[in-house]
Amino acid sequence: MAKEETIQVEGKVVETLPNAMFRVELDNGHIVLAHISGKMRMHFIKILPGDKVTLELSPYDLTRGRITYRYK
Amino acid sequence: MSKLTEVITYKTKEEIEVMRSAGRIVAETLDMVSKALRPGITTGELDELVEDFIRSHDAEPAFKNYHGYPASACISINEEVVHGIPGKRVVQEGDIVSVDVGSIYEGYYGDGARTFGIGEISEEKARLMEYTEKCLAAGIDMARNGNKLGQISAAVQQMAESHGYGVVRQLVGHGIGRKMHEEPQVPNFGSEQDGPMLRSGMVIAIEPMINMGTYDVKTMPDGWTFVTTDGLPSAHFEHTVAITDNGPDILTTL
Repeated sequence: MAKEETIQVEGKVVETLPNAMFRVELDNGHIVLAHISGKMRMHFIKILPGDKVTLELSPYDLTRGRITYRYK
Repeated sequence: MSKLTEVITYKTKEEIEVMRSAGRIVAETLDMVSKALRPGITTGELDELVEDFIRSHDAEPAFKNYHGYPASACISINEEVVHGIPGKRVVQEGDIVSVDVGSIYEGYYGDGARTFGIGEISEEKARLMEYTEKCLAAGIDMARNGNKLGQISAAVQQMAESHGYGVVRQLVGHGIGRKMHEEPQVPNFGSEQDGPMLRSGMVIAIEPMINMGTYDVKTMPDGWTFVTTDGLPSAHFEHTVAITDNGPDILTTL
């Protein structure tokens, strides 16, 4: 069974929201609402406004994403 | 691009042998399907045969209830690309029918697909099937220790596009093991430099979905079935392949 491809993009965190949600501005200027991936939560990786992150978007809802990596 | 969360699992030789058993059940199921397929059979009847066959081989149908998928096989006819839900549709002479099945055996997954021609099919459809199978073979040949994953993608894309076909982009192959979908994603398009390095012990499902016309696909209102946006036919061949020190090892084979 084929897997639906997720889209990987980079962006910058502009605002932290409650419940480990973040507003992230993508390199193309779009603003998306992103949550943090489970594994990053497990490892207590802190994300602050201004951090550069990688996120995965679903092809079906480009306004929401999942943060999978925070750059140093 | 480095990503902390991208976890590729590597399998031991013993695990690969269990996956070979899971894969053989998939291959036997598809062989059974090739004999059962005829004009007049419904896709629902075929799905029942698939479920019974897999269960009678001490395995579970992997697709059933996967994210809510309602059947054991995906049966996609003509312009349907993948994830066609079996039901009342009757298979007709001249159709090309893609059948995708998965098994779970002792906790490990096998995943494979083939497209079958029903009776006399048009020359264009026969050629599409032939080249989709060649795409799969070209991809498998690149599944070697030390290659980049992108070499598989590029080989498939090259084979398809040089013969005028469209390569589906919205759906990709995948790592496979104790879960059906593991890292990495295995796209059927892209550059030879893309993706992680392939290492012995990785097991991936390579599955070109090749369209006669545009690469563009859309989902039907059932939420599952993908069809080509131009209505032209599509073919799908898939093998579960282990990367070993001795080259690619196809697990979904008889």
